[in-house]
Formats: sequence, structure tokens, C-alpha cells
Amino acid sequence: MKQLDGLRETMRRDRVFNFVQKRQTMALPGTRPVHDGEVDVSHGPILYLEGVNVAFDGFKAINDLNLYIDDGELRCIIGPNGAGKTTMMDIITGKTRPDSGSVYFGQTMDLTQMSEHEIASAGIGRKFQKPTVFPHHTVFQNLELALQADKRVWPSLFFKLTGEQRDRIDEVLKIIHLDAERDLAAAQLSHGQKQWLEIGMLVVQNPRVLLVDEPIAGMTHQETERTAELLTSLAGKHSVVVVEHDMEFIRSIARKVTVLHEGHVLAEGSMDEVQRDPRVISVYLGE
Amino acid sequence: MENRSFIMTLLANDKAAKWFLITLVALAIVVPFCNLMVPADSPFHVSTYTVTLLGKYLSYAILAIALDLVWGYCGILSLGHAAFFALGGYAMGMYLMRQIGDRGVYGNPDLPDFMVFLSWTELPWYWQGFDMFWFAMLMVVLVPGMLAYVFGWLAFRSRVTGVYLSIITQALTFALMLAFFRNEMGFGGNNGLTDFKDILGFDLQSDNTRAGLFIATIFFLGLAYVVSKFVVNSKMGRVVVAIRDAEARTRFVGYKVESFKLWIFVFSAMLAGIAGALYTPQVGIINPGEFSPLNSIELVVWVAVGGRGTLLGAVVGAVVVNFAKTFFTGFAPEIWLFFLGALFIFVTIFLPQGIVGLAQQLLEKRNKTKTATPKAEASV
Repeated sequence: MKQLDGLRETMRRDRVFNFVQKRQTMALPGTRPVHDGEVDVSHGPILYLEGVNVAFDGFKAINDLNLYIDDGELRCIIGPNGAGKTTMMDIITGKTRPDSGSVYFGQTMDLTQMSEHEIASAGIGRKFQKPTVFPHHTVFQNLELALQADKRVWPSLFFKLTGEQRDRIDEVLKIIHLDAERDLAAAQLSHGQKQWLEIGMLVVQNPRVLLVDEPIAGMTHQETERTAELLTSLAGKHSVVVVEHDMEFIRSIARKVTVLHEGHVLAEGSMDEVQRDPRVISVYLGE
Repeated sequence: MENRSFIMTLLANDKAAKWFLITLVALAIVVPFCNLMVPADSPFHVSTYTVTLLGKYLSYAILAIALDLVWGYCGILSLGHAAFFALGGYAMGMYLMRQIGDRGVYGNPDLPDFMVFLSWTELPWYWQGFDMFWFAMLMVVLVPGMLAYVFGWLAFRSRVTGVYLSIITQALTFALMLAFFRNEMGFGGNNGLTDFKDILGFDLQSDNTRAGLFIATIFFLGLAYVVSKFVVNSKMGRVVVAIRDAEARTRFVGYKVESFKLWIFVFSAMLAGIAGALYTPQVGIINPGEFSPLNSIELVVWVAVGGRGTLLGAVVGAVVVNFAKTFFTGFAPEIWLFFLGALFIFVTIFLPQGIVGLAQQLLEKRNKTKTATPKAEASV
């Protein structure tokens, strides 16, 4: 049966094989050519998750998940604990492989076939739930390490920062309000500052998609406001996907909200629509 | 050009590095001078025994730098690093064996003594070429490098980390020790390789050759230090530290963590091989005991005592601990291991940054009080 499925998959007529697509640099009428390694967003969405399933020891963490993220949008994903939010991010960034289903970045890049560092280089940046920065490096060095560059071993050994790259880091330092702390070791930053630094490390890579996992956990009210500002200013230039618990925060930034429940999309729409949805109410309030 | 400018900036910006290199140059001049030129009855005379002993310590220092690169900087605790050292030592030993020629006990011009003893009739294929110095020196770096490459490629690709990796490295050196103990391996079995006569035509027993080996050791220690400094000061070095501190983050920032680990591991193994090659002619013997797991663990203690994550700390640790070892084993050999264990526990608990870390803290404190006093006066 499995082999039959595999055969069906190869014989599908609505999909073009990767190796054929990579050669296709000629533009179709009305579109621009897509080069190797470039993200093709000609159809609108930048991330496609279709029919994705993941089970851990029989527990279905993700259950037939279908999710589309448009290029440049700011999407909030909410859901009760265990809804599969973090697992979803693990799948997109290559940390977890789906049991079935397809995950595409643009029209051409099959994320299930790429390793973590390839996905990161292709333009998907991820912020972890717990702030993880490089504690023994300065704020500036943290950004320098994240900076878009040739990240193989030998080029790194002989790497020299160009003036443009320095400017880019300075620019990001201003965006994340850490200009004054640039020479401080990252370990000395406050919790909120570490969260910003981590977001800055994503931004400096010039990713197309930013995955942000619980950005305001443990932040003060003031820091939360600044973070909201930061994230809304990033949308447009990047697609931003935010996973959060805090409803008030979501309300302040969200245009479109997706509710996950038991590894499945329960509802999608504006915050008001979603909050009126009886299924969402029952999941959140119980019964 | 690139390298020279790097050395210049290093000397200008890093005081510790500058003083370290100056000390090395001074040692390279003073010690051989006091050994060869100063008459034996003068209080300034340095005995050949001391020169050789110092040379041995300094070759250990190179080994300590090698371990510090993978452990202190990359967080890979290798408990089998002495294996690479021993392999380098064996490669050098094989060259020295071939140099003996027909001056062995059995007088066989083609075969080393132990092969004649085992009634072998011809040289095994893996001994071919070792009569050429350049080939032997190539093997000094290539053999440890290749082993580290294969081992590292398998281990890092499967994402073996932490204690598990340490245990496998320990097993690696143990397996090599057992293999080298076997006579059929063709490396002299239990006795190893010894009874060397000369190196590049110079008599190994003469004081001049000993002094030359000492200077060569200092040269390679300086070179290892400067090149390692270049590596850890580069962006590549910062990536390596980033891997130590937050491996997953490094991966998601876009670095292929396995490649970086493998590179630093192979580089470190090659350094260890060079250290071994300098060790063998000075000590006059290389045997399977060098593969003993205890050696690798002792090596970890040197680096911990000196201060891991600082290249200077590795050098200081290697010299200090080995000096203590020579001292203690001289008058009370049975307490040495207890002392070593106590030292490791003491350093781990009270000096997590090692000797160099302690020195840094003291310096910072002094600087702070220096800058603090004028301010206090001004406020008065």
C-alpha cells in the first residue's frame, strides 16, 4: 500500500519535479524568472504546509495541518498548550521531519528535503521560546555572526567585515534599541534585551520569513509595547509568524489570526471573527 | 603578508601574547646558551637533562593548546587526544628507527631490530617511505589528521555530543593502545620504538642536537600559538565558541555546525601529532603506554588547571602540572596520583577559570582600584 502511495506521488500530474524546475529560469508570460535558490512567491503565499502529520510515540502532535502564509504578512498563531505550535515551527525549520504531507518555501523549495542550516540560509529565521543568544560574545559580535555572509568554514576563517556590513549591523542595532549596549557581552543583557537581540539576529540575516516563538514571555509592560512596535514594523519587508499566548498582545499587533487545536487549524480570520467563533470559545473556555 | 600583519596586530593589541612570545624567544636563546657555552661548574649552567626536560614540557604545551582548541573553545571534551599525540610520535619514531640502519644489535641494514627478532624477512608496506624525513613529517600531521577526520565525520554527523563523545574518544585511544601492544602490528609491540641513533644525520646524544631540538620545540610552540590565535580571533573562532555556548542557535543562524567541529577537531589532531613528533626524539622512546587513557585524562587536567578557553592557560597548565609531576614523583611517587586528583577537584571548585583566569581577575581588580582611587579623591 505504501509503495502504491509512493508510486501515485511520483505519477501526480499537478506537480513538476524539482530537478526540472531548477532549470526553468525562463519567465512565463507575466511573471519574472526564478533563479536557483530564490524564493518564488509568484502565487502569493511564501509558506505552504499541506496535509502535514507528525506523531511522537503515537501522540499526534500535528494532525492534517494546512496552513498558508502570504508574503509580507504578519500572522499570529494562537492555541492552547499542546496545540502543536512549536512543533509546527520545528517542521518549518527542519528540526522535526513530518511523517507525511508537504512543506514548501515559495513554489520551489521543499523544506522537508533541506537541513537546518540550508533552511536558515534560504531565508527562514527562527526565534526560540527561551531567548538563546551567544552569551560570551558581545551584542555586536552576535549580530556579526548572524549576518548574511558565506557561512562555510574557510570563508569564515578569513572573513573581514566590509563597511556596508558594518552599516547594516549598526542599522539593526538601532532597530532593536541596543545601540548603547553594542560592546556588552550578551550574557549581561536583561531578559527583554536578549529577546530583542535574538530578533535582531534574525533581521540581520535578511530572512524572507521570521518565525517568532513567544516573544514577550517574561517582558515588562513597556518592553511588550516596544516589541509590538518592532514586530509590526518588520512586517511588510518580511513575513512574520508570531506564536503567542497573550491575547492582549495579539490584539495589538494581529491582522490575521490562526487558531491551532490538537495539531489542526481550528479557525482563521481577524481577531474579532476568531473570538466570536463558537468552536474557539469552547476550546478556550472548556466545554 | 597576511600572516605578518596578523602577528603585528597581535603584538600590538594583546599584551599577554606579546609577553608570551618574548618569553619564548628569550628561552630559546638563554637555555641553549647556558647549556652549551657556560662551563659545567658555573651556577648558571643548565644541564642537558634540564634542557630535555624543558623541551618535553614545551611539547606537552603544544598538545595542551591542541586540546584547548577543541575543549575550551568548541566544548568537545576529547578524552582521547593523547592518541593523536602518540600517532605523531610513532611517525617520528619510525623515521628515527630507519635512521639506525645497520647499527642495530642485529646489524640488519633493512629491518629494525624488533622485526629481526620476530624473524620477519621484509619491511611491511606501511613502513615504506619512512626513511625519508619529509615523508615521515608529512605522516606526522596526516595520520592523526586522517584519523580525526574519519572519527569526527562519523561522530559529529550523527550528532554525538557531551559525555557520549568523551566516552567514544576514550575508547578510541584504548583500542589503539591494545592494537599497538600487539607484536603483529609491526610497531615494536610492548617495547615500542627506541634505541634511536640520529636525526637528519645529527647524533641524538650530543648536547648540540638536544639544544637544536629544544629550539625547534620552542619554534613550533610559538607557531602553534600564533596560528591558533589567528583561528580563535577569526570569525571562524567566534562561530566555534558560539557552537560551544548555543549549538542549536548556531545551526539556525545558518552555520553547518558539523563542518566547523570537524575542522577544529582535525586541526587540533594535527597539532597534537606535531607535539608528539617533537616529544619522541627528546625522550628517546615511544611506546603504546602513550595511548593509555590516563595520559589523555592528565592532559585534560593540565588545560583545566591552566585555564580553558585561553591558549596561554593551556601552555601554563601543561608546564606547571608537569613540573609538579616531576617534583612529586621525584621524592614521593606514590602520592602523585592523589595529588593530581586533588588538584583537579580544587581547580574545578575554586578556580573554574584556571590559573590564567585567576590572574586576569586579579589584574582587573587592580585596574579597578587604580581607576577608583582618583575618582574618590576628586569627590573629596
